[in-house]
Amino acid sequence: MPRLSYRRALTRALADELARDEAVFLLGEDIQVGASLVTTGLAKRFGTERIRDTPLSEQAFTSFATGAALAGLRPVIEFQIPSLLFLVFEQIVNHAHKFPLMTGGQCAVPVTYLVPGSGSRTGWAGQHSDHPYSLFAHAGVVTVVPATPADAYGLLVTAVRHDDPVVVFAPAGAMDVRDDVDELAPVPLGRGRIHRNGCDVTVVAIGHLVHDALAVAEELADQISVEVFDPRTLYPFDIGGLTESVARTGRLVVLDDANRSCGMAAEIIASVVERVRLLAPPRRVTRPDGAVLPFAPALDRAVQPGREQLVTAIHLTMKDTS
Amino acid sequence: MTDTDPVRLYRTVRLIRRFEERAVELVHGGQIVGGIHPYLGQEGIAAGVCAALGADDVLAGTHRGHGHVLARGADPARMLAELCGRVTGLNAGRGGSMHAADLSIGVLGANAIVGASGAIITGAVWAYRRRGRDTVGVSFFGDGAVNEGMLLEAFNLAALWRVPVLFVCENNGYATTMPVAGAVAGSIAGRAAAFDIPAVDVDGQDPEAVRVAASAAVDRMRAGGGPELIEARTHRFDAHHTFEHAVRLDYRPPDEVTRARARDPVRIQGERLTDTDRAAVDAEVEQTLDAAVRFALNSPEPDPADALRHLYASGLTARTGGG
Repeated sequence: MPRLSYRRALTRALADELARDEAVFLLGEDIQVGASLVTTGLAKRFGTERIRDTPLSEQAFTSFATGAALAGLRPVIEFQIPSLLFLVFEQIVNHAHKFPLMTGGQCAVPVTYLVPGSGSRTGWAGQHSDHPYSLFAHAGVVTVVPATPADAYGLLVTAVRHDDPVVVFAPAGAMDVRDDVDELAPVPLGRGRIHRNGCDVTVVAIGHLVHDALAVAEELADQISVEVFDPRTLYPFDIGGLTESVARTGRLVVLDDANRSCGMAAEIIASVVERVRLLAPPRRVTRPDGAVLPFAPALDRAVQPGREQLVTAIHLTMKDTS
Repeated sequence: MTDTDPVRLYRTVRLIRRFEERAVELVHGGQIVGGIHPYLGQEGIAAGVCAALGADDVLAGTHRGHGHVLARGADPARMLAELCGRVTGLNAGRGGSMHAADLSIGVLGANAIVGASGAIITGAVWAYRRRGRDTVGVSFFGDGAVNEGMLLEAFNLAALWRVPVLFVCENNGYATTMPVAGAVAGSIAGRAAAFDIPAVDVDGQDPEAVRVAASAAVDRMRAGGGPELIEARTHRFDAHHTFEHAVRLDYRPPDEVTRARARDPVRIQGERLTDTDRAAVDAEVEQTLDAAVRFALNSPEPDPADALRHLYASGLTARTGGG
């Protein structure tokens, strides 16, 4: 079985879509040399017309992509820093996302926004370490956070083929994950994946945290049976799949590497408790409210949700059971 | 490709003028909810620029966008129905005054975010040309937009990649209530010069002068030139927004509009026609708008159950908010 890294899976997905569909092109900063290592070799293979380096003009090139999409192309933009999404939130949410409805269905805006290296990259400090996925899920923009190489490939391919804007967050913590990959295939939006079956508690983990959740599940295996649910897309969210899981386990813990207030973890818990009577109060493990990632490695780690916190949350939810 | 017929140019300015006047009446009558940003006084710009365009060309406008859409040839009846929020409207009642769009004739949308059209139209024109069309584009914006970074970034992209976009600054002297002298350091043409974008200054009150300037720019762009900029000096005869009368904002010298009306684009272009031709156009426009008002007011309201129809082009459906 071939071993494929998450990063290479993204490259493979881009190359396959560029080869499959002439309408696909890439736009971004330093993508011809592949500064993020995701677009390596693509300019040589597909030419600089389709792999277009842009000036540092994030707002303009994000709207440029909207215009190109209105004209029938399928742009993919690579953002090398997740926090740049704050800068182009307006162009994505207020323009690209709103155009189909505001025009009464006259247009589609099929742009993919790819963010390799989202979240903490350790040592990149306050303005390079956010995970702004919940903002896009809140706005109703299709939001994807793959955890494994196969899902990174399959979800990016689906994003490029999708007729609405899609933001693909590739967490820094997952970029070097390698996996045995038999078959690469598109992964549908809105369908979660159970990585490990369990009967005592469902842990929902997002992105790279899936791997932490699996490690914790393994560690606790002789005491507690943990089911690990990976939503894969945050919007649309596979609430049906998660409800089935929680209906079996009766307990819910969410692990989310983003700020606590109004985050995905809150949304996931609310959506589940609307549907399922739990055996114990649900818990969430997140970054603190309003967190800004500090620089020093020990401080950076202290702010990110960790395995110990997850273990504690799982134990608490088991203990709380009435 | 330029339409040089003075009668048709007059018809366009007259149509926009009367459309706007009828729309203001409908605002005051409560049939248009939310109000409008009247284009009254600025009609010569949209009319002159659009006369210079061909069938494959595209444009994007602004919150004060009715003139751009009508000058490009949108159906006034469906446009008015859109303002009245009817299902028969250009945008099926989902866009309203600030977002009127007709992609079938290259109107890629009126955008209510100041300065937003520049980059969108640059991307669209670049894409159409990549797909083999001989498209040029027009980005309309007001004087307030020249202080928006996004627009200046778009100037850079269009110039760098030689995308034929005509940037049309409708300088009516005010960004809402902020006078241009208090808002723009340097000059508007100077903004273009910084990117090596040729700029011309034109009398926006003279539809023919706008047409001549736009036509020359479009010809140069189509021959392989990059973007150009036209600064059209104009006057807004009415308020920034119809809401303004209700709140009685006081920011213009009392006689400013009176003086501006001496240079009325409808009259200026009308004087180039024979009395007979002008009367015929006036009568025809009046009939068109009478029919448009009837069509708009007799059209059905959208079904509330469909409020989020078209939210996703992909067919994705949103969870409901209730229960």
